[in-house]
Amino acid sequence: MTEEKHTISLLVDNQPGVLSRIAGLFSGRGFNIESLCVAETMDALVSRITLVTRGDQLIIEQINKQLNKLVNVIKIHDLTGTDFVEREMALVRVKAKPEHRAEILRLIDIFRCKVVDVGPTHYTIEVTGTWGKLAALLDLLKPMGINEIARTGSIALARDKKKNKQHSKGG
Amino acid sequence: MLDLKLTGAKILMEVLKEEGVDTVFGITGGAVIDLYDELARTDIQHIMVRHEQGAVHAADGYARAKKDVGVCLVTSGPGATNAVTGLASAYMDSIPLVVFTGQVPTSLIGNDAFQEVDIVGITRPCTKHNYLVRSIEDLARTVKEAFYIARSGRPGPVLVDIPKDISQGATDYKPLQAISLKSYNPNYEPNAKQLRRAIDLIKEAQKPAILAGGGVILSGASKELTEFAKRLNTPVTASLMGLGAFPATDELWLGMLGMHGTYWANMSIGSCDLLIGIGVRFDDRVTGKVGTFAPHAKIIHIDIDPTSIRKNIPVTVPIVGDCKIALAELNKLMDEEAATIDVENRKPWFDQIEEWKSTIPLAYEQKDTVKPQYVVEKLYELTEGKAIITTEVGQNQMWAAQYYHFDRPNSFITSGGLGCMGFGFPAAIGAQVACPEQLVVDIAGDGSIQMNIQELATAMQYNLPVKIVILNNRYLGMVRQWQELFFGKRYAATDIEQAPDFVKLAESYGAVGLRATRPEEVEPVLKEGLNTPEPVIMDFWVDREEGVYPMVPAGKPITEMLLV
Repeated sequence: MTEEKHTISLLVDNQPGVLSRIAGLFSGRGFNIESLCVAETMDALVSRITLVTRGDQLIIEQINKQLNKLVNVIKIHDLTGTDFVEREMALVRVKAKPEHRAEILRLIDIFRCKVVDVGPTHYTIEVTGTWGKLAALLDLLKPMGINEIARTGSIALARDKKKNKQHSKGG
Repeated sequence: MLDLKLTGAKILMEVLKEEGVDTVFGITGGAVIDLYDELARTDIQHIMVRHEQGAVHAADGYARAKKDVGVCLVTSGPGATNAVTGLASAYMDSIPLVVFTGQVPTSLIGNDAFQEVDIVGITRPCTKHNYLVRSIEDLARTVKEAFYIARSGRPGPVLVDIPKDISQGATDYKPLQAISLKSYNPNYEPNAKQLRRAIDLIKEAQKPAILAGGGVILSGASKELTEFAKRLNTPVTASLMGLGAFPATDELWLGMLGMHGTYWANMSIGSCDLLIGIGVRFDDRVTGKVGTFAPHAKIIHIDIDPTSIRKNIPVTVPIVGDCKIALAELNKLMDEEAATIDVENRKPWFDQIEEWKSTIPLAYEQKDTVKPQYVVEKLYELTEGKAIITTEVGQNQMWAAQYYHFDRPNSFITSGGLGCMGFGFPAAIGAQVACPEQLVVDIAGDGSIQMNIQELATAMQYNLPVKIVILNNRYLGMVRQWQELFFGKRYAATDIEQAPDFVKLAESYGAVGLRATRPEEVEPVLKEGLNTPEPVIMDFWVDREEGVYPMVPAGKPITEMLLV
C-alpha cells in the first residue's frame, strides 16, 4: 500500500498532559509525526491540534481510531481528501550580501512575504503559505545562504464545516 | 442537603462508598497516611499486601471473579512504580481497575522531592486514562470519572494520583450525580446494516467457525454466545483470554487457538470459510503469521473497540459494539431468517474436524516421572472443573489452558496480553476475596511463584485458603523449551535448580506445604491439599524437560505446528 500524507485536525481538552498523550501515542505505536501545532481555540477549555502524519491506508485508519480513543480528544477530523485550507509560517534569516539584496527583495515581493528584521548582513523574512510555497521559496533563497529557519508546521481548517464529515466521538 | 466541609481523604472515602467499593487492596506509605487513616474508619475492607505489584494483580483477580471494578491504594514514588506492572497487565487484558497513588504535596511536584515520581507520565501508555488531581475541588469528580471510564466501553485500569496536600485539605462536599464526558462516549449499539451483512455471510457459509475472546467474558455475553453457536451449529474456539466464554465440555468446543492451541482448532481456522471473531483482537499468539491466518475465510469481527478492527487482520464485516448486544441482535435476526440458514449441512465440516481431532489429540504419556499435564488433569478431575483457576505465565499457563476445561466465564484468570510472571498468586488472593466460598487454585511454575511469593503472608493474614499447585521443573520452562527447539539446547539463564524448599517455605509463612515427586503421589497430595482449610503450597516435581505441544513457532502459520 502506498504512503500518503494526512493533515488531521483535533479538538482536545486544554489541559496539562494532553499533548504528551498524543505525542506518546505516536511514539509508542511507531507512527510518524511530520508536524504538530497546538493552540487554544475560542473556547479556553479546548485546544486545536493540527498534525501532519504519513502512512498507508491501514496506518492512517489506526492513527485516526487511536486518537479518537484518547479520552481527552473531543473531535477528530482527517482533512485529507476533503476541502480545506492549510497554512504554515516560517521565519527565515537569509544572508543579505549587497549583490543579493535586490534579488531577495524581489522574491519577497513575488511570494508576498515580509521583511521583519534587517541587519547589516541579513534579512529575516516572514513567509506564510502552503508547504509547497514555503519549499519553493526556500529553494530560491538557498543559494543566497540561509542562516537559520524556524517553521510552525501546518495549521488547517475545513473550508465549509457543513459539507465535511466531522467525526464525533463514540460513532 | 447540607453542604459539609470534608477533607480530601474523607471525600475519597465518600466517593468510594457511592461507587459501591467494598474492598481495597494496597499498602501504605508516607504520601497516603491520611488516606489510610480515613480508610480504616470506613466499612471498606482493606487487604494489606506485601508488595504493590501484588496489590494490583489481586485487584485484577478480584475484578474478574466479582465482575466489578478492582480498587488499589498505594503510596507515591516506589509504591507507584511497583504498581506499574499490574497496571500494564490489566491494560492489556482490559480489566477495570481504579488505582490510587499518593503523590508529594503539589508545592513540591517537580522538585525531585523524596518519593516523588511522575506516575501519570509513567503510566500514560499503560492505563486507559489517568489523572493528577491538582485541586481539592476536582477530587470527587475525578474519582467518579475514573470509575466511569474504568468500567465503561472497553474496560481498563485508570490511575488517580492524589498529592498529599489534597488529601489533607478540606472543602465543601456534595455528592455528584452521574458522570458524562463530552469527549468520551463509548458506543455499545452495533450498526444494524453490518449485522444484516453478517447474516448474509452466515447464510452462505459451509464451514463456519467462531473465535471467542476476552471481550465475550467482559461483556457478560457467554449465554448469548452459546445460544449463537448452537443455533448456527458452529464450532467454537477461543483465545487464551476467551477460555470459559463457551463451555469446554460442549461438543462444539474446539479447544484453544493459536501458538499452543489444539491441532484441530488451528486446522479448523486454517480451513474455515467464515470466521466470526467476537471480542478478540487477533493478537500475534492467536494468528501466527498474519498473512496466512484463516486464508479461506471471510471474517466477521465484533468488538467494542474500533481500534481492534483491522489492526492486525483484514475484516469482511466489521461490527463495532458490545458483544452481548451484538450477539443478542444476531440471535434475533437468525430467528427471523431461520428458514434460510441451513445448519444441517455441516456434517462434512464436523467429520473433517473429528478426523483432525482423532488423528492428533492433546496427549502426553505418564510414565516414571510426574508429567505436568497429568497434575493439571487430576486437578480438573478432583475439583470437577469447578475451581477458579489462576495461572502464572509460561508452560504452567499453557498446560492449565489445555488440560483444565473451563465451563464458566471468569473461572480462568490469567495475564494474557502482558504475560506477567508473578500474576497468578496475587490474582488468586483477589479472586478468593471476591468469592470466599469458592475453591481458588493458582497453577504455577517454580520460577513464576517466586516472583510474588511474599503474598503468602497476605493470604495467611486474611485467612484466604488459596491453593498453589507448583509444576516444578527447576527451569524457566517455556524459555528452556524455546532454547531446546531453536537454540541448540543451549540453556542460557534458564536453569533455576537453586531454589527454596517450597514445603519449608510454606511452613515458614504458617501455611501448609506438600510435595509429590512420584506419579502415584500426585493424587493423594492434591486430595490432601485441596481438602486443607488453610493456604497450601503443593510442590509437584515434574519431568524437567517436558514441553508444551502443539507449538507454532513464532511467525509461522498456525497450521504449521510442532507436535512433539
